[in-house]
Amino acid sequence: MNTSNIELPAWLEVVVIPILNIIMALFFAGLIMLAIGVNPFEAVRIMLNGAFGYQEGLGYTLYYTTNFIFTGLAVAVAFHASLFNIGGEGQAYIGGLGVGLVFLALDSVLPALLLIPIGIAAAAIFGAAWAFIPGWLQAYRGSHVVITTIMFNFIASALMVYLLVNVLIKPGQMSPESRYFEESSWLPQMHDAFAWFGLSITKTPLNLSFVLALICCVLVWIYIWRTRWGYELRTAGFSESAAVYAGIKPRRVVVSAMCISGALAGMVAVNEIMGVHHRLIMNFPAGYGFTGIAVALMGRNHPVGVIMASLLFGVLYQGGAELAFEIPKITREMVVAVQGLIILFSGALALMLRPWVVRLYLMVRPVREVSA
Amino acid sequence: MVNEPISTAETSVPAVASTTSDSRYAIELKKISKRFGAVRANQDIDLAVSKGTIHGIVGENGAGKSTLMSILYGFYQADSGDVYINGRKTLIKNSRDAIAAGIGMVHQHFMLVDPFTVLENVMLGAEEHALISRSATDARRELLRLSDTYQLTVELDQPVGELQVGEQQRTEILKALYRKADILILDEPTGVLTPQEADQLFEVLKSLKHQGVTVILITHKLREIMDITDTVSVLRQGQMVAHRNTSDTSMQELAELMVGRALTETNHQRSTPLPTDAETRIKTNNLGVVDEHGKTRLTEINLEVKSGEILGIAGVAGNGQSKLLEVLAGISSPTTGEFMMNGHEVTRDKPMGPLKMRQLRVHHVPEDRLKLGLVKAFTAAESSVLGYLYKEKFTWRGLLQLHNIKKMCARLMEGFDVRPGNPKLKSASFSGGNQQKLILARELDKSPEVLLVGQPTRGVDIGAIEMIHQKIVDMRDGGCAVLLVSVELDEIMALSDRIVVMYEGRIVAEVNGRDADKTMLGLMMANAHTGAAA
Repeated sequence: MNTSNIELPAWLEVVVIPILNIIMALFFAGLIMLAIGVNPFEAVRIMLNGAFGYQEGLGYTLYYTTNFIFTGLAVAVAFHASLFNIGGEGQAYIGGLGVGLVFLALDSVLPALLLIPIGIAAAAIFGAAWAFIPGWLQAYRGSHVVITTIMFNFIASALMVYLLVNVLIKPGQMSPESRYFEESSWLPQMHDAFAWFGLSITKTPLNLSFVLALICCVLVWIYIWRTRWGYELRTAGFSESAAVYAGIKPRRVVVSAMCISGALAGMVAVNEIMGVHHRLIMNFPAGYGFTGIAVALMGRNHPVGVIMASLLFGVLYQGGAELAFEIPKITREMVVAVQGLIILFSGALALMLRPWVVRLYLMVRPVREVSA
Repeated sequence: MVNEPISTAETSVPAVASTTSDSRYAIELKKISKRFGAVRANQDIDLAVSKGTIHGIVGENGAGKSTLMSILYGFYQADSGDVYINGRKTLIKNSRDAIAAGIGMVHQHFMLVDPFTVLENVMLGAEEHALISRSATDARRELLRLSDTYQLTVELDQPVGELQVGEQQRTEILKALYRKADILILDEPTGVLTPQEADQLFEVLKSLKHQGVTVILITHKLREIMDITDTVSVLRQGQMVAHRNTSDTSMQELAELMVGRALTETNHQRSTPLPTDAETRIKTNNLGVVDEHGKTRLTEINLEVKSGEILGIAGVAGNGQSKLLEVLAGISSPTTGEFMMNGHEVTRDKPMGPLKMRQLRVHHVPEDRLKLGLVKAFTAAESSVLGYLYKEKFTWRGLLQLHNIKKMCARLMEGFDVRPGNPKLKSASFSGGNQQKLILARELDKSPEVLLVGQPTRGVDIGAIEMIHQKIVDMRDGGCAVLLVSVELDEIMALSDRIVVMYEGRIVAEVNGRDADKTMLGLMMANAHTGAAA
C-alpha cells in the first residue's frame, strides 16, 4: 500500500514520528554501548545530567543550541524556496569576518549601544552577501546552489586563513587570530544579564544571542507564513510555474531566500565572536553549518521544530562531552557516532516508520463518511 | 498469486450476457470495494466483460473509474471483493501480476521514453536477452507480426518524441500486445486525438476485437461509447448504477445515469448581435513566438475580441493555443508582432507581466490547474489569493490578512459550490472539478474586463460543466471579453460567438459560432478542410 499521500494529523507527524525516530536511534546507540561494555541506561543518565543537571551544563547546552537554531533556520528558510543551502558553514564564517572587520575598525570609537547592533548587522550582511553569490548564480546562470554553496564553504575557509594569517593577525604573535575587541563590543553573557536583575547564575558561554535566536524564530515564522514575501517564497518553492502565473518572479525569490538564509547563518558569528571569543579566530563555525541541515530536516523546516531539534543537538553536544569525560571507554568519536545515528534515523530515514504509523492510525481511527 | 478454478456460476451481474458461463468472461469483478480514508471510491462493484467484446465504462470525474482500473492493474489493492480473469480468481498485487494475467493498460498520459525509438520503448522492461541487439531482432520480428495482424502501423525506428500523438498511442497499444495482453484497458484514449485520429484508433480497436482481444474503454465521451462499444457500464459516486447493451441505450440515457438527473442541452451564443460600438479589448497584430529552442510556436496571429463576446479557439492540443494563452496572459512575451490588451500595448520590448495584467483586470484561468492555477500544498484559502496579494484587502504592509482571505475564500466556495467548503483544507485534497471551481471563482469574482480561459471543464463533472459554462456566459453578458481555449469541440461550439481554429501555431480558419459544424471543425483542426479533404 502506498501510504505517502495519506495525511496524518499534525501531532502524529511532528511529535510522534520524530520521537519514534529518536527512540530507534537511541536503541542502536544502546547496542553499541553494550558492545563496548557500557550500561546504556547509565550513559543516558550521565548525558542528561550533563546537559541539564546543573547550571553550567545547562548553560553550555543552550549555548550550543543557539548556534543550531541559527543554522537550522538558515537551512529551513532556503528549503521553503526549494533551495538546499549547505553553505551555512561558509556563511557563518564570513559573517564572522563582517563582525571582525567592523569591530577592529570601530570598537574604540563607538559605544556599546551602537557597536552591538552594528556587529549583528555586519554578521547578517556578510553572511547574506556570501549566500547572495550562489543564489544569483542559481537564479540567473543555472549553477546548482548545492554545488556552489559547498564550494563557497571552501573559498570562505581559504579566504579566512589568508586574512587571519596575513592581514588581521595581531602583530607579534604566532597564533592566527585577531586582537581582542574592546570590551564595549562584547555581547553580554547570560550571567551578566541575570545579574542586572539581581539574579546570580553560573558563568557559561551562554549569552544574549540565545534570545536573538528565539527572536529570529518568531520573525522567520511570521515571514514565511504571515507575510506576502513568505507567501511568494513558498509559492515559488512549491511550484515555479504557479509563481510565474501569479506574477511572482522566481529568480528574485531564489536570490532573496538565499540572502535571508545566509544572514541567519551569519548570526552564528554573533554567538561565537561577539558573545564568546571576542576576537576573530580560525574555524569557529566548527561544523554548526552542516549540523544545521540535520536540524532543519528533523525540525521539518518549522521554527518550533528547529528549536526542538537544536535543543536535542545541544544536549548531544554537551551531554556527549560529559559522557566522554565521565566514562573513559566512551571516546569523543563514540559520541559523534551517536549523533550520526540520530541524524541517520531522523534525517535520512525520517519516513521509515511512517507507513506503519499510517496503518496503525487507519486501524484505530474512526472513519467518517464523506460523499465523494 | 492465487489461482484457483472457480466453482459456481453464481453471478449477480445483470444485463451483460448473463446466460453465459463464467469462463466466457475475460474479466469479472465481484463486490469490489475500495476506500481512501473517508472516501468510498468503489462500493460493491460488480462487472462482467465477455471475451472479445468492447466494453465501455462511463462516469463523471471522481465516480471511481480510475480507482477501479487501478485495482485491475495492481496499482491499488481492493479492500474487499474478488477479481476473476478468464474465469480464474486472480490476485493482482502489482502491474507485473496484471501483465502476467494478460492485462494491458494504455494510460491517458503515455508512459514512453521520448528519445527512445518505438522498438526500444516496446522492449523496455521486457528484454529477453542480455544483449540488446539480440532482443531487438526478436522484438522486431514479433512487432512486425503484431502490426500486421492488427493493422497497427508505426515506424519502429523513429524516436517516440518525434511521432504524432496518435502514433504514440499505437506504440502504447503495441507495448501491451507485445506483453501478450489479451485484455486491453484504455483510459480516456481520445482526449489528445483529432477526430480523424480517433477514428483510426477505433478501427484498430475493432480489429483487435475481431482477433479476440477484449477491450475496456474508459471515457466520458458518450458518442464514442455509442460508436464502438458492445456493452457499457455506468459508474456514479463509486457505485455501478447500470449495465447496458449499447444497442439498447442512448446518449441521453447514459448521460442521465452518469449525473443522476435529467440534463438539458443548451447553446449559449449571443441572441442579439454585438453592438457596433462594443469596445475592442484584445487585438493582436501579427503576433509570433519562437521559443528558446528556436522552434516557431506561433505565427502571424491576428485576432480580436470585443467586450461582450466569447471567442473560442479550437484545435487539437499542442497546436499553439496554450502558447497563445500564455502570451496574452503575460507569462511569456511575443517575439514578433504586438498586441493590445485592454488598451495597453505589449511587444517583445515592452512586455507586461501577469501581475500588471491582473491590475488591468485581465484575468486568466490557466489550462493546467495543478501546475499553474493553484499550489497543491497550500490551503484552499492560500490558493484563493494566488496572484491577488497586491490587493490591500489581503495584505497590509506585507502582512497577510488571513481573516479576510479566509472569509473571501469561504464566500467564493459558496458562490461556486466548491465542496467541501472548507478554506483550511489543502488544495490538493479537493477533486479536480472542485479545484477548477475554486480557480474560476477566484478569477471570475473580481469582475474582470478580459477573461482568458483555458480548458475550463477539463476533468470536471457533467453537472459542474453546466454551472461553469453559465458563469462564463454571465461574464460575457456582463460585458467581459472572453477568450476561450478548449480541446472539447462541444464546449467551443456551445459557448463561442466566434470560433477560430489553430493548426501548427497559425490561425487556419474562422467561423461564426452559430454556423459551426462539428465535422467541418474537425477537418479544420486537422488542416484538411481545403482542397481534397481526404
